Amino acid sequence: MIIMWIIKRDLLLAIRRQSDVLTTLFFFVIVVSLFPLSVGPEMNMLRAMAPGVVWVAALLASMLSLNRMFSNDYMDGTLEQMLLSPQSLSLLVLGKAFAHWLVTGIPLVIMAPILGIQYDLPAEALVVLTLTLLLGTPVLSLIGAIGAALTLGLRGGSVLISLLVLPLYIPVLIFGAGAVEANMAGIGFDAHLSLLGAFLLASLALAPWATASSLRVSLE
Amino acid sequence: MTINWFKYSSPASFYSLAGKMIPIFAFAAVISLVAGLYVGFFVAPTDFQQGEAYRIIFIHVPAAWMSMFLYVVMAFWAGIGLAFNTRLSSMFATAIAPTGAMFTFIALWTGSLWGKPMWGTWWVWDARLTSELILLFLYIGFMSLQAAIDDPRRADKAGAIIALVGVVNIPIIYFSVQWWNTLHQGASVSINQAPSMASTMLLGMLIMVFASWMYSIAIILKRVRVIIIERESHTAWVAELQKKDSIR
Amino acid sequence: MLQGINLACTRGDRELFKDVNFSLGTGGLMQVRGPNGSGKTSLLRMLCGLSSPAAGEILWCGEAIRVLNEDYFAAMTYIGHLSGTKDDLTVIENLRISSALSGYEISEDQASEALENLGLGGRERLLVRVLSQGQRRRVGLARLLTCKTSLWILDEPLVALDAMAVKFIQGLLERHLQQDGMVVMTTHQEIDIAAASIVQLQLA
Repeated sequence: MIIMWIIKRDLLLAIRRQSDVLTTLFFFVIVVSLFPLSVGPEMNMLRAMAPGVVWVAALLASMLSLNRMFSNDYMDGTLEQMLLSPQSLSLLVLGKAFAHWLVTGIPLVIMAPILGIQYDLPAEALVVLTLTLLLGTPVLSLIGAIGAALTLGLRGGSVLISLLVLPLYIPVLIFGAGAVEANMAGIGFDAHLSLLGAFLLASLALAPWATASSLRVSLE
Repeated sequence: MTINWFKYSSPASFYSLAGKMIPIFAFAAVISLVAGLYVGFFVAPTDFQQGEAYRIIFIHVPAAWMSMFLYVVMAFWAGIGLAFNTRLSSMFATAIAPTGAMFTFIALWTGSLWGKPMWGTWWVWDARLTSELILLFLYIGFMSLQAAIDDPRRADKAGAIIALVGVVNIPIIYFSVQWWNTLHQGASVSINQAPSMASTMLLGMLIMVFASWMYSIAIILKRVRVIIIERESHTAWVAELQKKDSIR
Repeated sequence: MLQGINLACTRGDRELFKDVNFSLGTGGLMQVRGPNGSGKTSLLRMLCGLSSPAAGEILWCGEAIRVLNEDYFAAMTYIGHLSGTKDDLTVIENLRISSALSGYEISEDQASEALENLGLGGRERLLVRVLSQGQRRRVGLARLLTCKTSLWILDEPLVALDAMAVKFIQGLLERHLQQDGMVVMTTHQEIDIAAASIVQLQLA
């Protein structure tokens, strides 16, 4: 199965280059830890801010690693080979986005509850926060792949990615952070989670296809 | 009478056609702008709730409409260009973007001007203003991407993809922001719903919308002409054109 | 059969070539020649479907390759300038993964055998980053030994190779051509390859 090969390859590369994974994770931790230093250690305020802060930091961290998604493959010619594969390019892209999520998204999901404790989030809110990140971070990788593919090989590509991709991240941010806030306010958060799930399904269906066309445009 | 539309899909013949059309649209834009502003600022009655400040909507509402509409038109032409490899439609998309961004900016600016007397602050995180801000980001993303790419063919196609992705996302973003807004604050007085509009108000508004249309068409045609000259500078007809101009 | 009809290529405002026509039948070798910057690599990228010609059409067995897409890719192997190898993977991992991504999975033994043939025996477990330029090139070319495609498009395949390896690749290409394969290649080196028919394409 071709998708397994690409996932296996990208994971193998990530294991051999652990520093890449760790920088993303440390970036996430540092950004979240900076907020109390800038607004003061008042616990009630921090608790209210926590969902938003963690989500924005997750957004930025996941974006930080985006331009590595295709650029290494582009430089050494393996991307060319993928484009000429008799298998569907969308499927390969899906595999790459999945690998990207395993390598950058999952560590964020695992780290988030620990950071939530710093902000004195109640236990239930921690669970909801983790759940929303689990549903939301794959969407970030999938949508981010489009930006990464479009900016391949361009000057200032990494800044450009953020311009292209951050506005598209907004719905995920709103409902991700919103679910945790709703839970803390004692309102149900099922609707938020189902919407995040819907975003995930929609981006699973459309983003690999858009990314594949972008890659063909960028390599022409 | 049948018009050969395909004749005008070639940049060379479109260039001369556009040249003839621009003055007509520009003239219509100026006339309707003057008329619309006159009706809006002198004829339309003072609003009993909002006083004179409401008159900003004669600029704000058309600008907001145009900003959203132009994004869809831009994505449409970009998509046509991507699907059928028609150069002219891609050039249209590129030409529309700055005008769309300008209207978005005007809508934001007039929105905040209106907000000061109404809400007491220059900026409120009202759902519509926020969506408009995000729309501005989308325009900026499209333009920066195209500006970063040297090869025009790649710029056209890459721009088309991001424009289409944007169009799919706009309803989702709009709906999300709407939800977010109602969750965080009570219903605020919305700028686009002036209660029971007097007929002169409506008339002024319609004339201003017409003026925005005419202006957009004129400026976009103008910009398309510039893009055509830039891209086709190596062809014989442009060389001839420039020779004629330099003699004149 | 691979056919090019009135192909043209532009880079920015500059026209690299136009009205390029050729036809390559089974067992045929096409050598693309021309000075630097004449568009050899651009032509090869067009022929393999990475980029589309500014004008003209490329046909594979009578059908346009832009319509065939994946069906065409299944019959074609392209090895470009870049070696297409990952520095952080071992030699054998590289070969097995690149083969799998090109649609044919090979066993460890098949991979070892191919590498042995290319003089990389005993280096299978080394990371590609420690190899020399010529050795990397061989890792890239090893795919030719494991693939089952009929059309090979090779951009400067002999660059950085030593005399032994050049001889081996020459033999490999001749064998491929004898078995009714087709080869399109560019090279600056003078090389004699026996083929049923040879097309010389000169780009100005």
